[in-house]
Formats: sequence, C-alpha cells, structure tokens
Amino acid sequence: MNRQRLSLWWFIGTLAFALLSMLVPLPGVLEPFKPYWPALFLLYWSLESEDRVSLGLAFAIGLVADLLNGVVLGEQALRLCALVFIALRFRSRLRFFPMWQQTLAVLALLLNDRILLLIVRVLAGASLPPASWWISPFVGAALWPFLFLLLDDLRMRLRIQ
Amino acid sequence: MARARDESSPLFAGNAAGTLRLIFYLALAVVLMVLDQRNGWLWRLRYGAAAVIEPVYRLAGLPAIGVRSMSVAFADRQHLTEQNQRLREDLLLANAKLNRMSAVAEQNQRLKELLDTQHSLELNVQLARVIGVDMGAYRYQLTLNVGARDGVKPGQPVIDAHGVMGQVKEVLPTTSVVMLVTDPAHAIPVVIERSGLRTVAYGSRDGQLTLPSIPLAADVRVGDRLLTSGLGGRFPPGFPVGEVRSVAPADTGMFQVAQAQPAADIDRSEDVLLLHDQAEPDGPPAPVKPMGPPAELTPGTATPVTPSGKPGAASVTKPSAPAPATTSGVPR
Repeated sequence: MNRQRLSLWWFIGTLAFALLSMLVPLPGVLEPFKPYWPALFLLYWSLESEDRVSLGLAFAIGLVADLLNGVVLGEQALRLCALVFIALRFRSRLRFFPMWQQTLAVLALLLNDRILLLIVRVLAGASLPPASWWISPFVGAALWPFLFLLLDDLRMRLRIQ
Repeated sequence: MARARDESSPLFAGNAAGTLRLIFYLALAVVLMVLDQRNGWLWRLRYGAAAVIEPVYRLAGLPAIGVRSMSVAFADRQHLTEQNQRLREDLLLANAKLNRMSAVAEQNQRLKELLDTQHSLELNVQLARVIGVDMGAYRYQLTLNVGARDGVKPGQPVIDAHGVMGQVKEVLPTTSVVMLVTDPAHAIPVVIERSGLRTVAYGSRDGQLTLPSIPLAADVRVGDRLLTSGLGGRFPPGFPVGEVRSVAPADTGMFQVAQAQPAADIDRSEDVLLLHDQAEPDGPPAPVKPMGPPAELTPGTATPVTPSGKPGAASVTKPSAPAPATTSGVPR
C-alpha cells in the first residue's frame, strides 16, 4: 500500500517537475536548445506504465501546461494527446527497440509535435518561427537515452512500479 | 499465459475505441482553442487559478534568481569594484545632467503654463522586478512581480533606463505579463527625432523593430533616434524607442523600410518601471458628465432634512465624488 502510494507520488512528482522545468528560463543563447520536457516525461511514462497514462491524462496535463504558459488554451493538450496516442499505439514495439532506434522514434515524435505546434500557431495568426526553433526536438531526442536510463535507474532504486 | 498477455497488450493495437477517444480529445482541444481565441477564456481562467499559478511562477523563477545571486557571490572583487566605479560615474554624470536639466525643466514648465498646456515632465512610476519565467511563444513576453493588487492595469507602458520596453498585456493578482515592443503583434507610434517624421514601428521576429511604411521622399538616415510620438494615447510622448540601423526601399518600391534596434535592454533588464500616467488622449475632450448640484452641497442640504438615515449615505458618496478629480489631477 505504502509502496503503491510512493510510486503514485513519484509519478505525479516527475510530471510536476516536467511542467516546472518547462517554465524555467535558460540564458538567451541556450534558449532554442530547451527540450519540451512534458513530452519527454509523458513519453517515458507511457512506455513504462501503460495503465497510468491515458489520453485523458495527457489532455489534463496539456491543459495545466496551457494554463501556466498562457498562450492558447488547448494547444498543448492537443499536442500531448497526439503524442501519447502514437506512443501508446506503438508502445509494445517501442519498448523493445534498441536504444538508438528508440531515440530515433522519439525524435520523430518530437518533430511531429513541433509540426503540430507550427500548424496551430500559423492558424492562430502567428508569424513563422526562426530556424533555430527546430533545434529543440533534436536536443530532446539526444537527451532521451539519458533521461530514460536515469528514470529507470531511479525507479529500480526506489523499487516502485 | 503468453497468449493472455498478448491480448492485454497486443503488438498491433488497432482498437477503434482508442482512435475514437483520440478524435474526441483532439476535437475538444480544437474547440477549446477556437473558443479561447474568440472569447479570451484563458485569461479569465488564469485569473481564477492565480493562487495556484503564481507560486509556480515564483518557484520557476528561483533558478534564475539563484544564478544571479551566485554570479554576484562568485564574482571576483575586482569585477565588482569596477562595476561599482562605473555605476558611480554614471550616477555622477546623470546627476550633473539632471542639475543642468532642472533649470531648463523649470523654464519649460513656466513657458507651458504661459501657453496653458498640461503636459508635464514629471514621471509617476512604479518599480517592478522581472520574474525569470519562460512563457513560450518565442520569448516576446516578460513576467513582472507586480499585479492587480499593486494597481497595475492592462495597457500601462513599461520602460527601463534606456527606453520603452512594451506594455502590460495581462494582469494577475500579483504578477503581470508584458508584451514587448519586439513582439511581431505589437505596434508603437513613433516620431523620428531629427526630422519629426511620424510613423509606426512594428516588432519583428529577430528582436528588432521594423518601420515598413516610410514615404520614399522622407528623410530617414541610419542612426536616427526614434521617440514615442504620443499618438494613439497609449505611450506618452518623448520616450526613446530605438535607433535606425538600416534603411532600404521596400520590395514593392512604394515605401522605404527601416530596421531599428530597440533602445531598451530587452534581454538584460531585471528591474523595469511601470508608467502610471497614460498619454493625454488626442482629439476633442471627453464630454462633461451631466451633473446635478455640486457634490459639496449635497451633505449640507441633506443633513438638516433627514438627520437619521441620510448622513451615512452622504458620507459614503462624498469621498468617492472628489476621488476621480484628485487621481486625474495627480499625473498632470
């Protein structure tokens, strides 16, 4: 019981941490390199514990992120829903990919996410972003193996599901 | 056993229910976006949820504060001494300039009184600190640590020591969001200091300002300073906005296009000033509200007639009646 509660808190804590790190600014030079943290953490959890992550959860987290970011309500909800849907759909295959293949898949997912964001922004009337805007998915994919191994290791140490 | 597991998580999950739910959620998100774009729900929701959102902002701003204080803590003594020296010199210079200006300002004031205009050189400002929060949206926004409780209102101009930074876009109870002049959706009416040409400066994607519609015959050179013109009634006149960096004919050949560098330190400012007095509105003065007898007379006439109930009501209305007069009188 206690362990279950701990694992639930760990799950919530990582997601809250992801939202918080989305808000933490980087120095101006590093700004385009910032990965989209909520997507990475949600991907990890949708691969590792399928029963907790659902489209509803992705939608809710997206709404909270929108509320914090204050751009358009529903934008990140849409992106995260699409991301989690694809991840859950191909979960069984993604899980048994070797790490480099998994990283490539994550890159594809993050690029897809950026394209979705671009479509939403352009439809909302924003101007096209600069070229450096496309760096972020690559950084996210490059960080993926480390994030995955770190979270897996922490989970093993805490002995939680 | 293996078969059962296969069924619970099939390798090629093609269940229609999942797709349906995806479509449902995507449609919901799109509907939310459209409604929000139309009605501005998000900001009302944000205002309601401010008790949760603002602590998160403060928390997210902590690393930036930490880095800042670390850089002070680990900066070497010589660097700090140099900085201190430089600031002293700046202060001395600024004070000297101010002293010289004060005489001129006084003269200006007298002349203006003679001309019976009400423009004033005094500033009514409020100091605000920037919270380091990344609000997405390609960094055209700042978050400040003052909000509705400190009397901040949407539309207030924000300046720093060097020039105009932007205007307050949305206000939460104790934080507010500033739209920068470099936001592509922002436009500010400017006047070119040297030639007096009035035009409009738009934000552009590369953190600069664009002046897209300067007449071909107009006199604009690289190095010209742009000041706020005060037209439009949002920014008071005379604040530096930027400096022209390049002038070229537009693609259409009908206009000249100039690029300008913002005067304010948009990326580096930590403390900013919120202007409280808005620019005087141009055009005809607002119509005077039809009033009954003067407010000063009502309590005097009311008290003798009904000594029991009316004085309370009169004493409530009395302070509220002169209040607009004093507040509108202070910024002038």
